[in-house]
Amino acid sequence: MTDVNLVPLLPATQVLLTALVVLLLDLFYQEGEKGLLAWVSLLGLALCAGETLFLWGSQESAFGDAVMLDNFALFFTQIFLGAAALTILSSVHYIRQAEIHEGEFYALVLFATTGMILMAAAKDLIVFFLALETMSIAVYILTGIWRASGRSSEAAMKYFLMGAFATGFLLYGIALIYGATGSTHLNEISNYLIESPEDWPPYLIGGALLLLVGFAFKVGAVPFHFWVPDVYEGAPTPVTGFMSVAVKAAAFAAWARILMHQLAPLDSDWAFPLWVLAIITMTLGNLLAISQASVKRMLAYSSIAHAGYLLVALVVGEEWGGLPLLFYLLTYAFMAFGAFAVITALAETEQSPEDYRDFSGLGFKHPFLGMAMTLFMLSLAGFPPLAGFAGKFYVFRSAVLSGHLALAIIGVLNSLLSVIYYLRVIVAMYMEEGGAEGKSFRQAPYLYIAIGLAALGTLYLGILPARALEWSRVAFLSLD
Amino acid sequence: MTENLLTYMTFIPLAGAVVVLLLPGKAHSLIRWVSAAATVPPLLMAVWLFQNFDGSKPGLQFIEKYQWIPAYNISYYMAVDGISISMVLLTALLSFLCIFASFGIEKGVKGYFALFLLLDTGMMGVFVSLDFFLFYIFWEVMLLPMYFLIGVWGGPRREYAAIKFFLYTLFGSVLMLLAILALYFASEPHTFDMTVLIAQADRYGTQPLAMWPFNLWGWGFQHVIWMALFIGFAIKIPAFPFHTWLPDAHVEAPTAISVILAGVLLKMGTYGILRINYPMLPAATADLAYWFLGALGAWNIIYGALCAMAQKDLKKLVAYSSVSHMGYVMLGMASFTTQGINGAVLQMFNHGTITGMLFLLVGVIYDRAHHRDIDGFGGLAAIMPVYTGVTALAFFASMGLPGLSGFISEVLVLLGTWQKYPVLAILGASGVVLTAGYLLWTIQRIYLGPPNEKYLKLPEINGRELFTLVPLGVIVIILGVYPSVMLDLLRASLDQLNQIVLPHLHQ
Repeated sequence: MTDVNLVPLLPATQVLLTALVVLLLDLFYQEGEKGLLAWVSLLGLALCAGETLFLWGSQESAFGDAVMLDNFALFFTQIFLGAAALTILSSVHYIRQAEIHEGEFYALVLFATTGMILMAAAKDLIVFFLALETMSIAVYILTGIWRASGRSSEAAMKYFLMGAFATGFLLYGIALIYGATGSTHLNEISNYLIESPEDWPPYLIGGALLLLVGFAFKVGAVPFHFWVPDVYEGAPTPVTGFMSVAVKAAAFAAWARILMHQLAPLDSDWAFPLWVLAIITMTLGNLLAISQASVKRMLAYSSIAHAGYLLVALVVGEEWGGLPLLFYLLTYAFMAFGAFAVITALAETEQSPEDYRDFSGLGFKHPFLGMAMTLFMLSLAGFPPLAGFAGKFYVFRSAVLSGHLALAIIGVLNSLLSVIYYLRVIVAMYMEEGGAEGKSFRQAPYLYIAIGLAALGTLYLGILPARALEWSRVAFLSLD
Repeated sequence: MTENLLTYMTFIPLAGAVVVLLLPGKAHSLIRWVSAAATVPPLLMAVWLFQNFDGSKPGLQFIEKYQWIPAYNISYYMAVDGISISMVLLTALLSFLCIFASFGIEKGVKGYFALFLLLDTGMMGVFVSLDFFLFYIFWEVMLLPMYFLIGVWGGPRREYAAIKFFLYTLFGSVLMLLAILALYFASEPHTFDMTVLIAQADRYGTQPLAMWPFNLWGWGFQHVIWMALFIGFAIKIPAFPFHTWLPDAHVEAPTAISVILAGVLLKMGTYGILRINYPMLPAATADLAYWFLGALGAWNIIYGALCAMAQKDLKKLVAYSSVSHMGYVMLGMASFTTQGINGAVLQMFNHGTITGMLFLLVGVIYDRAHHRDIDGFGGLAAIMPVYTGVTALAFFASMGLPGLSGFISEVLVLLGTWQKYPVLAILGASGVVLTAGYLLWTIQRIYLGPPNEKYLKLPEINGRELFTLVPLGVIVIILGVYPSVMLDLLRASLDQLNQIVLPHLHQ
């Protein structure tokens, strides 16, 4: 037996061990003393973040090349760790008030993170699939973890059924690709594609398209988006933030590595479907977002629209689209998480505040929340000098550079459209009176720290994007 | 210190905004004075800049250039030249005065002043940026505080006015962004640096595009870009038919914001055309601006004046007079003569000071009588003599009475225009008559005649209000008597600008 190089597994193992420690400690602490668990989780995530910095630049694989630790994986690992840490910070008070079991909650967030880390690092379709399931199952449970809420359970059920359906597509796609190429390892598949060009059995392309459909489900692209609003609305709000940021980033990470990079020779076959997908996802997401009465649902549709912008980067292809894709995911992580965190801050335990009306007067009643929400809304709408503008700018720039002028124009028009519903929140907060009088804010210092961090990130990436751009570039180039 | 002067001028108000945000919300007077203090250094620096600016040389001075996002060739590039120097001074001056004009704000004091200072940063940034990316960022940064200042602190229909303003301007911004990107990709190597883009002006093709409807009009790439930028700027000016947001925004906005809106924001439109359209797209400028821009300007003058004449609301009247007076700027720019362009830029400055005064004066009477109905007053001259005196000065300056600044710039514009299009010059000159008509009629209705019984007890204009008006009045008189103070600084740069476009005319 040859030596097994365990270094590439270090980040995932670190998070997994933290999850197990949290589960174990959970047994020894009484109700009311479990605040410690959050700190243990955060400590584990911080250690892991330290490891990713230490490992930055490595290019090692393990388990017969099935897991690859390169800068690409490390980049996404850092996004996942950040999202998980912010999620934990923002849910400390929330879950206590909603009477959700703390030990299980933190452990599940950590398990999901483990799955995501492996998804970004998977070099083998089977490993990818296992990682995806690890993540998905943990997130299904997180969605339904608020047992007192009927909507939470309903959302979990919907998410689970739709997710299982998507999984079916993915698995079927993997099977067809295996059948055509004789391997599940990505390098061997791409070798096959390069060595025998144009000699591909039709079911290989079928397999790739099924894979595409599976991914489209996971990122909530139209027309596979039906689960998104219901699930985002029903899930406990911190979990919604986690889903919209981390789960989406994980799916796009795998998409970028598998379809965009390794299966690039097939791109002529999916370029057109993806092009259509990108346009209808952007447009429908924005149009439906306008008509929503609930802010949480509006954000769900806006997250669909943002998936559309990200699809533009995928259409553009790896030469131009890689860097903008990674950078956009980074910027989106801060602003979307921040927006959901503000809703968490408003939430009452039984009936979540979702109406635009519940935001009226917020800007004056709670200036910090009002300003933070304004910042996130403007950033999501793509105003300079905020992160969202920088992200969109590089995506649309890459579209123009690669000759997809129509996509860029439709994208810009869409982001103009999106201003309508993002501004509505701001109008409610500053220009309408009353409404929020009955609403109380959570006394949750950690939540406010999380919102503050997200706001700082949104500002920083917008004003000084140079370092993050370089970081994204190095990460994408490390794909081999 | 002088090395990064423009940066300090731009960002000191922002630092002031951060300080204001950290102050307790109840400390109203502290917030007001801190805000006032934050606008003093930029004003002093602007005055220093004005004195040390070398007017005999064309081209950029006080240059600051640093790498910002090197991967995309985006730099942090600031400088001033003859096109922007007067606007920088105007921005610094009006920001300073308007802080004092805002001392009466009682609702959400902290938010108001923080946004105001942010607006100040955005405005200053627009005038000193020479990198397109930076320019666009400041352009948008300015839009948001304006939206809030109208939408939160405005009058009864503030939400409607704010959203209308926002959508109009945003539409313009998007067109502008697309044009900026198109220029970026047309340049080689790709750059946002305006000076480089100007140097490469002949790269932007003028061959008619094969696409309908451009093939019918004979428009090339350069013409399309010109029009996209022009619409973006025309909305700001506001040129007919994009002017309809202006009366709404002005009527609803608080006094100080109206002053900033008319005094500074409108100038950004004409400034943008001079800074970007003229030197960067000279061939299209020669094709499209000749006649078209001049005719639009003349139409703005007459249409604005006629609309002003029909108004019953004093503030709306002043708003339409802005539409009319910005027409002179367009008319002067379109003449491509030394007098015309110099007159246009001088008119930008003069309109800023005069309209600033007018809106401040409207604010004074509105604060006392709580309405602005022109027919609802009468005989105020007997009740408030000092106020009436200042108003008369502003009105006379606005109608272009010799000896006051408005006269100089309007005459220069008309002199320049006469050489190219006498018909438009005649139309423009008739605007002067219309202006005199509606202003004198207004003076008659509000200030002359028997005093209105209701307002016999109106208090006279107070010290703070006079403090905001006197500096503007002094400038109006100085520039009316000795305009060379300003013109000497502009001429070299504007001549150079004119020389870029002239070779393309009459080909």
